[in-house]
Amino acid sequence: MSDLNLDKLPGGFKGMSEDIGSDQTTFKGVNWGKAMMWIFLLSDTFVFSCFLIAYMKVRASVVEPWPYPSEVFALEMMGVPVPLLLIAIMTFVLITSSGTMALAVKYGYEKNRKMCGWFVLLTAIGGLTFVGMQAFEWSKLIFHDGVRPWANPFGAEQFGAFFFMITGFHGTHVSIGVIFLFIFARKVFRGDFDTGRRGYFTTMKSDYVAIEILGLYWHFVDLVWVFIFAFFYLW
Amino acid sequence: MAEAKKEQTTTHKIGIYLWIWGLLFVLSFFSYMVDWYNFQGLLRWSLILFFMFLKAGLIMAFFMHLFWERYALVNVLLWPMTAIACFVGLMVAEGQYTVFSRLFYFFVGGA
Repeated sequence: MSDLNLDKLPGGFKGMSEDIGSDQTTFKGVNWGKAMMWIFLLSDTFVFSCFLIAYMKVRASVVEPWPYPSEVFALEMMGVPVPLLLIAIMTFVLITSSGTMALAVKYGYEKNRKMCGWFVLLTAIGGLTFVGMQAFEWSKLIFHDGVRPWANPFGAEQFGAFFFMITGFHGTHVSIGVIFLFIFARKVFRGDFDTGRRGYFTTMKSDYVAIEILGLYWHFVDLVWVFIFAFFYLW
Repeated sequence: MAEAKKEQTTTHKIGIYLWIWGLLFVLSFFSYMVDWYNFQGLLRWSLILFFMFLKAGLIMAFFMHLFWERYALVNVLLWPMTAIACFVGLMVAEGQYTVFSRLFYFFVGGA
């Protein structure tokens, strides 16, 4: 195979039709693992869309009033209820971790082992903080307010089912991401991506592109939270 | 060997990431303010959606590097999302019909 120079290929829609019709790799210059991660994220988008669309449809068609999220998710601060305080902090924590991940990917490109490792570790800690706050939020709703998937004291009964399903599924994604971030922080610090050490499960040579792929997953988790924040908490 | 040549990684200046990061903070702050000042009705919806799409676009374009990818990959992702948007539209119509029938039969009474 000759050297592929992306700059010489036509761009835009013409480039797209030539890439697809080239009888070769469609996604030129894209690592196969990265393409696979994108396909996975696309399928994950469908799952989250189904949850959010089902939520929208049910919320639009219940006859009882829907619980007012601004009050349900308020936290008492010095005797004053502050609306959505915890959710706002969670949002900022997740965005912060997304930013550190972006920097980790940048340093990964530059093969800067130490900086990349520290930023992956920071991202993992941010994710862990997020999951911890979500556990606090859930326990407050379950034990303090008595919200159940089938009933709640605030209004329409379906609220609990959708809340636990959607935020739970998102929280699961964050938790899995945190586990992988810790594993990859270790791999970066050990120098796996510099020496090309073979992976334990995959037996394939490690490369810094793995950090970019992990970054795609992590940014996706943040992306989903943007939609959950808008539709579930703010709407 | 050929495999290694095929994949190119490009690095970008740190400034672009910091800018996007800062913008995401500001936009999140604004969308929180929508709730804080308790805007209602059409203004609330449009502001929430505006900030949401802006944030989602920034994350996808710069953090997920879609802005620098070739159209072959970008379009594989964007067209299914367009289909999802159509699905949302269908379900909005369906939801309105459901709530109409519920209100009609629960409160006006059928048969």
